[in-house]
Amino acid sequence: MIFTTFKRITRTGFVNFWRNGFLSFAAIVVITLSLSAFGGLVFASAFGRSLLADVKDKVDINVYFTLTAPEKDILALQKEIEALPEVADVTYVSAEKALSSFKEKWQNNALIMQGLTEVGGNPFPAALNVKAKDPGQYGNIANFLTSKNTEDQSGSTIIDKVNYEENKIIIDRLSAIIPTVEQVGLTVSLILILVAIIIVWNTIRLIIYTAKDEIAVMKLVGASNIYVRGPFIISGIMYGVVSAILTLVLMAGFAYWSDSIVLRLAGVDVAANFSLIVNVLSAYFVHNFPQIFILIMGSGILLGGVASYVAARKYLRV
Amino acid sequence: MIYYDKVSKIYPDKSVALDNVSFGIEPKEFVTIVGHSGAGKTTLMKLLIAEDYPTEGSVFLESTNVHNLNKKQMSKLRRRIGTVFQDYRLIQNKTIYENIAFAMEASGRTDHEIAADVPHVLELVDLAHKIWNFPHELSGGERQRVAIARAIVTQPDIIIADEPTGNLDPTNTFEIVRILKKINEMGTTVLLTTHNKGVVDAVGGRVITMENGKVIRDDKSGKYIL
Repeated sequence: MIFTTFKRITRTGFVNFWRNGFLSFAAIVVITLSLSAFGGLVFASAFGRSLLADVKDKVDINVYFTLTAPEKDILALQKEIEALPEVADVTYVSAEKALSSFKEKWQNNALIMQGLTEVGGNPFPAALNVKAKDPGQYGNIANFLTSKNTEDQSGSTIIDKVNYEENKIIIDRLSAIIPTVEQVGLTVSLILILVAIIIVWNTIRLIIYTAKDEIAVMKLVGASNIYVRGPFIISGIMYGVVSAILTLVLMAGFAYWSDSIVLRLAGVDVAANFSLIVNVLSAYFVHNFPQIFILIMGSGILLGGVASYVAARKYLRV
Repeated sequence: MIYYDKVSKIYPDKSVALDNVSFGIEPKEFVTIVGHSGAGKTTLMKLLIAEDYPTEGSVFLESTNVHNLNKKQMSKLRRRIGTVFQDYRLIQNKTIYENIAFAMEASGRTDHEIAADVPHVLELVDLAHKIWNFPHELSGGERQRVAIARAIVTQPDIIIADEPTGNLDPTNTFEIVRILKKINEMGTTVLLTTHNKGVVDAVGGRVITMENGKVIRDDKSGKYIL
């Protein structure tokens, strides 16, 4: 009996979906737009996070050592810095490595290579690149470095300079901007989602309103509530499923289109240097497809189904 | 079988639809309720299927007060009563077949019974050839016959027909009366409201006459007197 009821409700839901073609179309358009807003938020946050990570990654402080500083003192200092709780990562760039990476970078520029030969020897100091876990913590790390007694056996300091002051401005701004951007993003997202839910809810309410006389007849013929409401819920879920599929197709299209747009705007050379920014969306989409699928499909089904369930309730009181 | 016990209905705008009405209906009776528009005929019908509530008094079906039921019991009760409305009230986006099948589905009949009974009942009202049409493709008389088919297909104990001929021409009117009489002969209690003298005379049987929300006459084998 339960199976028969379920079968009949599902069949009626499908038939109604098909016969109320225009209303179904309207609902699908509205739900697709709302889900696309969700999708847009997902992409915006993915892009924003990738951009922020990229910027955060580019910010560091560099400790440059004097040309005479012994390597073992530098390595000892590296150990000490690594032990600090604020520090995420410390890389040691030896003088030789700095020279070879410089040569590699400018190997095609005859003028610069000539200049380098003229200087003679290795003009590059050894350096430690220090990355903090959070941009706000660079101040502490810089303080640690300046307060530290960094002298070698001969009594001369091994640190030539710490470029914290130079980076301070950008670091301070980033530390201030990042939380604000995240908060604004979250607020805007919540408002958008709320608006989307309200619009979908109203559309479905109107659709069910057009059927209110029929709901009354069904009730007066002796149909139970589930029998009357069930098909509406099935139709609602179908609106959600169809809209979700459309939205996923739109998202995939947008992700790949955005790649080519970034490439075209920035040029292939520049884009190659910012590998993080190119392919962000398509890579994100492919990588997180199961989660995105569940999010969009789930939201669609939930929006359509729950809105139908609640909207039909009002007219069942016959 | 049906008993109206001192029923009054006063609408929120203070108009009195029913004023202390009491009468009973025996099983297998064919009762015609006559009266001018606004005499309270439709309200009587609405109270029986609990579409509306009385201000005072109670309506009983056998020993059950129809207004003291929960949702589930109410649905069950309504399945015992086949209702024919003046404005047909067919479901517009369902075919004739589906409109009738719906009533059977709602009362939990099997697919097998539905497939067998729907064409049969449509033959009874002479509409077998319109089985796959939609209501808007039918004439008024045809729609009303579909509504009757929907009401009788579940073989209810009672048929209530609220001015079923109100929108029909004389030929269709007598066709409807003929069908209702046939149903009554097969053992179903029929409760019919009308303000059509011809219908009353054609039915014969008991006539309850209403005026201003009161029962003013109750004749065992009545004529139309107003």
